[in-house]
Amino acid sequence: MSEITIPDLPSSQAARKSPHASTWTERPLAQLTLVRFLEFTREPEALFWVFVFPILLAAGLGIAFRNRPADVLKIATVTPQLAQSLRQEKLLDVAELPAAAAEEALRNGKIALLAVPAPEGGVVYRYDDTNPEGRTARMLADRAVQRAAGRIDPVASSDHFMREPGSRYIDFLIPGLLGMNLMGSAIWGMGFAIVDARRKKLMKRLVATPMPRHSYLLSFLLSRLLLLVVEVGVLLGFGAVVFGVPVRGSLLDLGLLCVLGSLSFSALGLLIASRARTIEAASGLMNTVMMPMWIVSGVFFSAQRFPELVQPIIKALPLTAAIDALRMNMLQGASLAHLAPQMGVLAGWLIVCFGLALKLFRWR
Amino acid sequence: MRNLRKAYKDVLAVDGLELEVRAGECFGLLGPNGAGKTTTMEICEGLVSADSGEVEMLGLRWDSAAGQLRQRLGVQLQDTQLADKLTVLETVRLFRSFYHAGPTPAEVIALVQLEEKGKSRVGNLSGGQKQRLAMACALVGDPDFLFLDEPTTGLDPQARRQLWDLIEEFKASGRTILLTTHYMDEAERLCDRIAIMDHGKVIALGTPRELIASIGVEHVVEFSAGGPAKPLALSPLRQMDGVRDVRSENGSVQMQVTELHRAVPALLDELSRQGLTLTELRTHSASLEDVFVTLTGRHLRDE
Repeated sequence: MSEITIPDLPSSQAARKSPHASTWTERPLAQLTLVRFLEFTREPEALFWVFVFPILLAAGLGIAFRNRPADVLKIATVTPQLAQSLRQEKLLDVAELPAAAAEEALRNGKIALLAVPAPEGGVVYRYDDTNPEGRTARMLADRAVQRAAGRIDPVASSDHFMREPGSRYIDFLIPGLLGMNLMGSAIWGMGFAIVDARRKKLMKRLVATPMPRHSYLLSFLLSRLLLLVVEVGVLLGFGAVVFGVPVRGSLLDLGLLCVLGSLSFSALGLLIASRARTIEAASGLMNTVMMPMWIVSGVFFSAQRFPELVQPIIKALPLTAAIDALRMNMLQGASLAHLAPQMGVLAGWLIVCFGLALKLFRWR
Repeated sequence: MRNLRKAYKDVLAVDGLELEVRAGECFGLLGPNGAGKTTTMEICEGLVSADSGEVEMLGLRWDSAAGQLRQRLGVQLQDTQLADKLTVLETVRLFRSFYHAGPTPAEVIALVQLEEKGKSRVGNLSGGQKQRLAMACALVGDPDFLFLDEPTTGLDPQARRQLWDLIEEFKASGRTILLTTHYMDEAERLCDRIAIMDHGKVIALGTPRELIASIGVEHVVEFSAGGPAKPLALSPLRQMDGVRDVRSENGSVQMQVTELHRAVPALLDELSRQGLTLTELRTHSASLEDVFVTLTGRHLRDE
């Protein structure tokens, strides 16, 4: 046998230190959680999808659907008398055109309405009645013409404008995006990491150590909760600073809702990843589960738009419950007691999915 | 206390195997791919349960003392990919956290000579370094029993030699190793005893020397002579003194001989009698490969 050149292996006796009182950072759960966290932060794509993408989406949609001052509608007429009457209405931009040019502007959609005099002192409005702008222009123009002719409104009325934070589209959108983000990062985070470890036989290798299996699963949940703080903070902070989106409910309640939601979605992710052996199989499953919820659960528009018949099903989905609860907390300041039905739905998903996942989980 | 006994039947991979590994020895499972080596290992490692039969290691059994066993076993699997995004130190520290006792992560990393790579990502390591890291993860619990499944497959000669040194080092500390390989030289160098497996059965068992001696051959002579136009007559060769067996394969002939000094001159005489010229001649001492060929008629790496 050849001479050995490597330093001595610490002999069995010397190295078998008594189970030293390990600090908590040396415990399997802490190490597993740390490792999950490190792996995530070293994945630039994951950072983009979890933190940057929701903000870009919120910014884009927030700008596209921002509330503008009521538009001024362009209309045209052919006589100076009519033009003068119509110009009394500030919401109308009136052009006086020759007949042929006015006809063409109407056909091209450059003006919403064309007012022409009719025999016997009347007025004919020409517009597309399927176009809301046309109908609005018709009402405004007619009111101006009638008032110019001496009509006095029998009831005095005045306007009071509502442009408060909380009732705008962006206020509706931010809780929706928050819910969608909770779901996406939990399901993707769990699913890909677990299936990848299984595919690389890393899971099998870990199972061959004395690692407590529940610590392995728990480490995924814990690292999720760590990231959750950042994720939720970034999106809410962005909404508050840039668009002034309010959080009317208690922040503690909101935090608890996010934790519950994230745990439910993580359990769902665990279930999805419990048997899949390939990334392809897992991502197919994930999309099948998440896609319908993106559409029906009221991320971008109210879930109420779907028929009454399917409402019970939609309400039972975890994303609907999460988003409804987040909206009620943030926009209406609802307390947790008022959110019991939604929290019940989330807890139900958590328990059922986690239980099933534990039964089905493939450790190899 | 430190004996491994198993006798189980697994219709598919492992068929009524019975083995005993002695404390402090390096035991090799040798055989072609699909012989059931890995399955056997995985049953011992507690990753697969046998359909029947029993395994006892270090006086413990999987059904009653799984936790204790895992604390005392070191495992290196055939094709585990450790997490690419973690560093060497982070990986070893993670594995260390699972064991009650053992060297510190830094000590194990020094042991496998990866000190300089402690802060490198696993994804940036070479094949040999990855394999040594896998070894570090197997040693980090200070195991009494080490399982190595094809530890040097796919490595370059220098990396293999480094790993062999490491394994010999571990063996020298008096602990037990179960190793699978399909490299003959590896088995001959590292293993005290070897079981040759084929189709889920042990077809030979003994020390490397015993196994080689068992085929009653000391040397193998390989040569080529003649050609399609003038084929070589094999039967006269079989009659020669000291020749045990003759096979012809792809134009080259293999003779298993007991006495090289008598067989080679006899071969040259016979060739000149047949009027053939020798185009190639090689001899080597009989090896485990020859044992396998003799027992099964196939080469180890045919599959």
